[in-house]
Amino acid sequence: MNIQPKLMYTKTDEWFDPASGAMGLSDFAQSQLSDIVFVEIVVAVGEMVAPGKAIASVESVKAAAETYASVSGKVIAVNEALAGNPETLNNDPYGQGWMIKVEGADASSLMDATEYTKYCEERAH
Amino acid sequence: MTEPTIYELSSPGRTGVTFPDPDVPRAGLPENLLRKDLPLPELAEADVVRHYVNLSKYNYSVDSGFYPLGSCTMKYNPKINEDTARLPGFAFTHPLQPIETVQGNLVLMYTLQEWLKEISGFAALTLQPAAGAHGELTGVLMMRAYHKDRGDTKRVKMLIPDSAHGTNPASSAMNRLEVVQVPSDARGNVDLAALKAACDDTTVGLMLTNPNTLGLFDEHLEQVIKIVHDCGGLVYGDGANLNALLGILRPADVGFDLMHINLHKTFSTPHGGGGPGSGPVGVTEKLADFLPSPLVGIVEDNGEDEPPLYGFVTPKKTIGRIKAFHGHFGMLVRAYTYIAMHGPDGLRRIAEYAVLNANYVKVRLKGVYTVPFDRLCMHEFVAEGQWADAPGIRALDVAKRLMDYDFHPPTNYFPLIVNEALMIEPTETENKGTLDAFVEALLKIAAEAKTTPDLLHEAPHKTPFGRMDEVKAARELVLCCWLPEDYEKKG
Amino acid sequence: MTYIPHSPKEREAMLTAIGVKSLEDLFKDIPSKQRFPKLDLPPALTEMEAAAELGELSIGNENVRTDLVSFLGAGAYNHYIPAAVDHILRRGEFSTAYTPYQPEISQGTLQSIFEYQSLICALTGMDVSNASHYDGATAVAEAANMAYAQFRGKRNRLVISPTVHPQYRETLRTYVQGLGLDLAGDDPNANLEAGPEALEGLIDGNTALVIVQYPDFFGHVYDFTNLIDIAHGKGALACVVANPTALALFKSPCEMGADIVVGEGQPLGIPLSFGGPYLGFFTTRKQYIHKMAGRLVGETVDNRGQRAFVLTLTAREQHIKRERAISNICSNQGLLALAAGVYLSLLGQSGLRQVAELCYHKAHYAAEKIGRVKGYSICFDTPFFHEFSVCCPKPVSEINEHLLEHGILGGYDLGQDYPSLKDHMLIAVTEMNTRDEIDALVDALAEVSHD
Repeated sequence: MNIQPKLMYTKTDEWFDPASGAMGLSDFAQSQLSDIVFVEIVVAVGEMVAPGKAIASVESVKAAAETYASVSGKVIAVNEALAGNPETLNNDPYGQGWMIKVEGADASSLMDATEYTKYCEERAH
Repeated sequence: MTEPTIYELSSPGRTGVTFPDPDVPRAGLPENLLRKDLPLPELAEADVVRHYVNLSKYNYSVDSGFYPLGSCTMKYNPKINEDTARLPGFAFTHPLQPIETVQGNLVLMYTLQEWLKEISGFAALTLQPAAGAHGELTGVLMMRAYHKDRGDTKRVKMLIPDSAHGTNPASSAMNRLEVVQVPSDARGNVDLAALKAACDDTTVGLMLTNPNTLGLFDEHLEQVIKIVHDCGGLVYGDGANLNALLGILRPADVGFDLMHINLHKTFSTPHGGGGPGSGPVGVTEKLADFLPSPLVGIVEDNGEDEPPLYGFVTPKKTIGRIKAFHGHFGMLVRAYTYIAMHGPDGLRRIAEYAVLNANYVKVRLKGVYTVPFDRLCMHEFVAEGQWADAPGIRALDVAKRLMDYDFHPPTNYFPLIVNEALMIEPTETENKGTLDAFVEALLKIAAEAKTTPDLLHEAPHKTPFGRMDEVKAARELVLCCWLPEDYEKKG
Repeated sequence: MTYIPHSPKEREAMLTAIGVKSLEDLFKDIPSKQRFPKLDLPPALTEMEAAAELGELSIGNENVRTDLVSFLGAGAYNHYIPAAVDHILRRGEFSTAYTPYQPEISQGTLQSIFEYQSLICALTGMDVSNASHYDGATAVAEAANMAYAQFRGKRNRLVISPTVHPQYRETLRTYVQGLGLDLAGDDPNANLEAGPEALEGLIDGNTALVIVQYPDFFGHVYDFTNLIDIAHGKGALACVVANPTALALFKSPCEMGADIVVGEGQPLGIPLSFGGPYLGFFTTRKQYIHKMAGRLVGETVDNRGQRAFVLTLTAREQHIKRERAISNICSNQGLLALAAGVYLSLLGQSGLRQVAELCYHKAHYAAEKIGRVKGYSICFDTPFFHEFSVCCPKPVSEINEHLLEHGILGGYDLGQDYPSLKDHMLIAVTEMNTRDEIDALVDALAEVSHD
């Protein structure tokens, strides 16, 4: 399972990049959903988000899930390209699969890569 | 060899059913509003009939074999019902005819209302909802209206067990209620402590399926109902599993406040490849005023010697109309016929043999299939389609392999609280021979799972079609036939 | 034993295998106080007796094939149903099949629904159709649901023309109680002759959906292009509720810019059956697919390379999304969608066109003749399809009583739903009405005005 060392993670399998302000679904999340066929970003540029607020609705062949904001902040960009290419979330969840970017975020309460790896291992049992 | 689509069979200039020339003068047509072309296919009647007959051969059906689908109650669909529903006196009556000209229909509906009330114990009942989910929506609307009418506007939460059918939370959400999930305990009952903790003055009520989707009768049913009532909430019954209770228990007698009934499950109306269904809703006296309108009732009581005049009444605090016209009348005729042919003893026998059949299959699978809750089940039970010594085999594989043995698979992956769930409901109309053959097939498959797992992974092998590429279907959406002029483009 | 096949011997063997002594023992979990109630129902009838009883009940009605000549429409129409339709519906492979969740053994249902979707799209001009809703009224409610979801709850106003079928508006009012939406335009006292322009002023930046009917409840045919432009200008979606027979003759709502086209499919090979089961068709444009409720059949291939069909985008539905589903809908009107598909295939381009033209010409003949009877006039001066309103010299109920004596089922009393239309009758004429029958109607109407 792919866990990027420079990113931060939530318990609900979202990632956050403090450097760019981008966030999305982790590799674990996309593998649980399997083949993703639809993604809709439900926030717009200028909106405020906070943990617990849904930022995207994702549907795969057999499942559906909401993606939640990993941190609080103001949305400064939305990945418009995702809607036409939902499979990007499966193929490149940390790269082209970014969902939104925020500014003014505080990532201190998130897990780092090591903590997230441990969390995923414990969860498997 | 697949059957072409209706458009692929179309050929310019072919005509099917034609009509006479107008026997009246032609009126002028408003040119600016007219349609230029109508891309419907062109076929002769024989082409059409042959096409649909050929398509029908690719379908499994109750008429061709066993469908042990949990919570669907795929019992035999009596053919007499098809005849009675088609009687011209029923089939060719218009819903808006003056009531004096349709007393036959109204008597049938009124009587069916009375019969369903008697069977379920409820004081009043509507025949308007078109399906189970529609009945649920109706029920939730009534629950909200009841609380609002009492001036109680704090209630915004619906409690729903984790084993519930998806329509329960969806119906609540369509009423903008917050869904609160209630867990099941180790024996498959509603967890009483969790329920008690969740019940307060913001609770609209509980939506409960009983027997539940594990096929188990809640061992604390009366306590469950009391807890909800004590906090001022209502108990809604999802009647999908009523087949186990006919003549055994009347839901209203144990405290359910309202319940929908699935005529296409319990009362034998055919599933039609996905519908139509019919979902009457029964209510106790305190909810009767909220029923949808119109409701069939007596509009003129002509005393002892003359029959009353039946018509439509409007409940005092009705939630309103939930669809056009009166409900799925054609299905009501079928259900009426079915109940008339069973009588009270026949109905009880349905429940007895449905429960007998389910327990028999369960007992014969013991030791080979894990059934998480080791109790007498009712009309269905859930087994796990997985084994520790058959890694990689999942319920899906067992289901697909069953098709090679000429059986429709049971419901799989529901309820969500059992891993690799296979929900098996035989119904009372299956004979012992069929059940034994089904058990034999399942036992063989369990053995194959360990010795030749690929046989399951790649199943079905013997059906006209194999496993589908569902990813392609979703990612490359093709939702309409290619039209003739697109043929070249398609290549 | 009706449909239960067990012999006593088999029953005993099964009870033994389970480990209980009697059938009663299987119900020990049932609270003993309420267990085994005595149901007060009539004793069982054999099939022969049930057939007789139902036969008796059915002749307690007057029906529109053998007893009455019908001029009643108002949302349910007496059209000719070709013999082959029921012949196909009666095949147990279709009628007793389940929802096609196992596509390997359900290609009959799946392909016929795929074809139904295609045929309905051909009629409405839209990109995609679902596998059907319960009826036209609930299809309108689902359109409202879809528009609300499309705007993610940020717009909560619906604008509906008062000339949409009264029962559809009633149904929508019931649904919006739960959905928390505002309904504007639903005023039976509004000017009913004003045409679509009357709604323009009601559309604002909070409007999610504008709903109109085509032809409207009074049978009138309007071009909604302007109104739909205005709706789009304010960012709202537009839904046209259409009669499928009319669509064979008139411009498709797609050409006018509609985003959603729904309607009642009963005219397509489905008997009147006292109001149900009917067929709600629902179509929309490609970009709104993910917000559309209901089952959807798509094309794919199987693992043997064969072209095949499967339920797709199922993650939208309630069994996966549960409380986050846009709609709770589970069942569709499967067998009736099949009926519509067979009907449209049997009639084809030319047949459906013929039916629509016959309805149009016969209705115009009837209107022209009735308009010349003393005391009667045609109330509105708008193009119409197969229904029109007649201003009558007496209450409609009186006139209809008289018509019944002549074996004629008169039209709908519009005063029931529209206070300004007392003594107005809505008359429908279909291909089933002969010229002689229309002439007889005219004569009978003339008789009433002379009393």
